[in-house]
Amino acid sequence: MSVALYRIDDRLIHGQVVVGWGQPLNIGFIVLVDDNVACCDWEQDLYRMGVPPEMELFFADVPSAIRDHHKYLTDPRRGIVVTPDIETMQRLVQGAGTIHDVNVGGIHHRVGRTPRLRYVFLTPDEEQQLAALAEGGVKVSAQDVPNARQVGLQELLTSRAPEERTA
Amino acid sequence: MTSSSGDETIGSDNAPRAIVAGHGSLPQGLVNAVDCISGRGSDFLVFSNYGLTGIDIEEKLREEAALHGIKVFFTDLPGGSATVAVRRMMRTDSALVLVTGANLSTLLEFAFQTEASPAEAAKAAADKGRGTLVAFGDGEAKPVVPTGDR
Repeated sequence: MSVALYRIDDRLIHGQVVVGWGQPLNIGFIVLVDDNVACCDWEQDLYRMGVPPEMELFFADVPSAIRDHHKYLTDPRRGIVVTPDIETMQRLVQGAGTIHDVNVGGIHHRVGRTPRLRYVFLTPDEEQQLAALAEGGVKVSAQDVPNARQVGLQELLTSRAPEERTA
Repeated sequence: MTSSSGDETIGSDNAPRAIVAGHGSLPQGLVNAVDCISGRGSDFLVFSNYGLTGIDIEEKLREEAALHGIKVFFTDLPGGSATVAVRRMMRTDSALVLVTGANLSTLLEFAFQTEASPAEAAKAAADKGRGTLVAFGDGEAKPVVPTGDR
């Protein structure tokens, strides 16, 4: 059935992913692509706990995710691929070569980041990384939950959210 | 402390014994309801994960727990960010107790378990909350019987 969503989300597996997107998209599997989680059983147990039994959860570092990307695409179920940051998604996109849409779902406040949307805060470097993804032919947009408005990259990079953080 | 991503107490009589953490304004709503019903809202600190990274959630929860000597946490979703953060904290502090899927009955039970240890009170609270989840009705319309005919 293919991958329904490639998502950048610094919280990785949480309510918005499993319930917010998972239920309306009828998601059967989630691939968590994170080099730090892929090498740590304890971290994997932590995230496994948040996924209902009917959803399968795969853990992969970037090279494994690139290697197995075709398997995700040909899986009869619908899936979500989640990365913790833009740089990881960038590496995955470059390696897999067949990713055309990327969802910025949650990059939260940190020193040096500018609030672009209530759930997206970006450093200048991160903005360049997103722009580079788009220049490579990937449609980049921000959307935290399915019912929210999809915000295109151009609007995202020129938006300025209020300082109050909500997401 | 009243920021949307911070924590706060409701009520003023009791020192906080637990943190209620979760999505949006649910923690505040739950604790406010506890206070309305029992006057024991100040048993709890409330914490919203709104707008915070997973790392920030963990850091802030650690700070608040240390500041108030709190060992018990209630969260809303088993797979939510707050739950993940507390599970990480439990890795280095085996005295912590976490109850996920907390509802109003859970918190009320905990509030009144003043003599029990934190772990015992949390367990009793979880049992109580679980027991209050009931679905009534079979969804099929039936003729209404006037009460006078009973």
